[in-house]
Amino acid sequence: MRLLQIVNAGKQLYKTFSLQELRKGLGVTGRQLFRKKTTIMYPEEKTPKSPRFRGLHALRRYANGEERCIACKLCEAVCPALAITIDSEEREDGTRRTTRYDIDLFKCVYCGFCEEACPVDAIVMTDIHEFHMEENHECIIDKQRLLELGDMHEKEIAAARKQDAPYR
Amino acid sequence: MAEIRNYTMNFGPQHPAAHGVLRIIMEMDGEVIERCDPHIGLLHRGTEKLAESKPYNQSIGYMDRLDYVSMMCNEHAYVLAIEKMLGVIPPIRAQYIRVFFDEITRILNHCLWLGAHALDIGAMTVFLYCFREREDLMDCYEAVSGARMHATYYRPGGVYRDLPDQMPKYAPTKRHSEAQTKARNADREGSLLDFVEAFTDRFPGYVDEYETLLSDNRIWKQRTVDIGVVTPERAKALGFTGAMLRGCGVEWDLRKKQPYAVYEKMDFDIPVGTNGDCYDRYLVRVEEMRQSNRIIKQCIDWLRKNPGPVIVDDHKLIPPSRENMKGDMESLIHHFKLFTEGYCVPAGEAYAAIEHPKGEFGIYLVSDGANKPYRIKIRAPGFPHLAALHEMSQGHMLADMVAIIGSLDIVFGEIDR
Repeated sequence: MRLLQIVNAGKQLYKTFSLQELRKGLGVTGRQLFRKKTTIMYPEEKTPKSPRFRGLHALRRYANGEERCIACKLCEAVCPALAITIDSEEREDGTRRTTRYDIDLFKCVYCGFCEEACPVDAIVMTDIHEFHMEENHECIIDKQRLLELGDMHEKEIAAARKQDAPYR
Repeated sequence: MAEIRNYTMNFGPQHPAAHGVLRIIMEMDGEVIERCDPHIGLLHRGTEKLAESKPYNQSIGYMDRLDYVSMMCNEHAYVLAIEKMLGVIPPIRAQYIRVFFDEITRILNHCLWLGAHALDIGAMTVFLYCFREREDLMDCYEAVSGARMHATYYRPGGVYRDLPDQMPKYAPTKRHSEAQTKARNADREGSLLDFVEAFTDRFPGYVDEYETLLSDNRIWKQRTVDIGVVTPERAKALGFTGAMLRGCGVEWDLRKKQPYAVYEKMDFDIPVGTNGDCYDRYLVRVEEMRQSNRIIKQCIDWLRKNPGPVIVDDHKLIPPSRENMKGDMESLIHHFKLFTEGYCVPAGEAYAAIEHPKGEFGIYLVSDGANKPYRIKIRAPGFPHLAALHEMSQGHMLADMVAIIGSLDIVFGEIDR
């Protein structure tokens, strides 16, 4: 019994002075030097993005150039953050269209409910996540800007919707 | 000799070790804490009140933002409460997906906790390693819901969409050749389940690395062993739950004691500590990560073999599929009804609690029969833990305060709500 105690004390002493566990820890970080790097050289390369990604909003058009949004205001009703404001009027050809479609990007929580609610796939969330504002008022994006965004990225938007269609 | 008055010291809210916006007023006797008084409320957003003015579904996104490091678990409690009131049982596949993502969330939460806790106490590397793992799991979040954190994925009656069959892939750049990109995409060739399976295979190795760095480390032990000790009796009296309670040696886990979703079909163990100090809580949480990994593996096996619906087929509660909505008048009416008005929940009350990574997270819901809740009360696990801060820190040194706060695993989104 006494011998065991002495042996254990000796072991403990060895552990303390040999810095065993610290060396082991150093080994873990040392091995990391020779492992494959996981860093991404942003912005030259980017992480892949899912087709379901919820980024900046856009308004889409039909292939013939007609805007999709019919001012049903479902997105306005479903928006939990009350970020969407819509005014609408009847156009000369008798169809109903928005005269104003504003999204306050500071209020928006990017939940994607507007896209879920839209019966004509007009408002969509694109995969754009790198955007900025320089002036205060720029946080509100209006209909013209939303349509521009939609026109600019229509190909990517359509491809992502198509890929995700079976799940929705 | 002149009487020396105690020194009152302010800790936070800008202190990086205050984990967000905690402010503590401490009364110090030299370097020993005599009394401490946590001040909260700096992140109060009125979630409970806000929920009273919105149809049920619109608050799901706000549940993510309560405890913003375990997003889907919060949603789970909320949708469970609504389902209880409605008497809806989600399809079995949806329940498996929920358990699957609850456990992914648990690893996410514990990885952040471990990284931040270690960083507070002075270990830099663990933080970087933990965030590497979080990156992979956040890719899962993104693949399934479209957002890397605030998923808004669970719905009363199931989950919004089924798991995707494809993972997004890296494209070759001038920094990485075709061959290198192929190696990067190795885990991403298959479905989401393949991606997570690859993760679960390598994750135990990573946890071993964390343990090699910390568990035996003398600095780590000096900072955590016998710091912030709580006895099992006091822990129960103080309302502790989760890893805080298990660290004291009380075997209590809602996943075992009152199973929800499909936890009763899962094979896992509850880790329990002995001393109730910071070190035991650390060990319990690290073991929980391993157990979560086991549960995820079981879920992957089941989900592979059993395709099926992920949300109930009741258009009074769930909007019809987009294809139906566009082709069928009645579906369109349902769609409009649900997105403007939502659904009404019968009058009554319900309490649904889940084993959140931090403890028992509960939603108490009162309905008066309208389409929005009459009252919601959120039981945040962090709140009673923080309330015990004085008791835990009394008589410890100032530097131990950081270790204790770290081991509480508090997030102010849920405490202030």
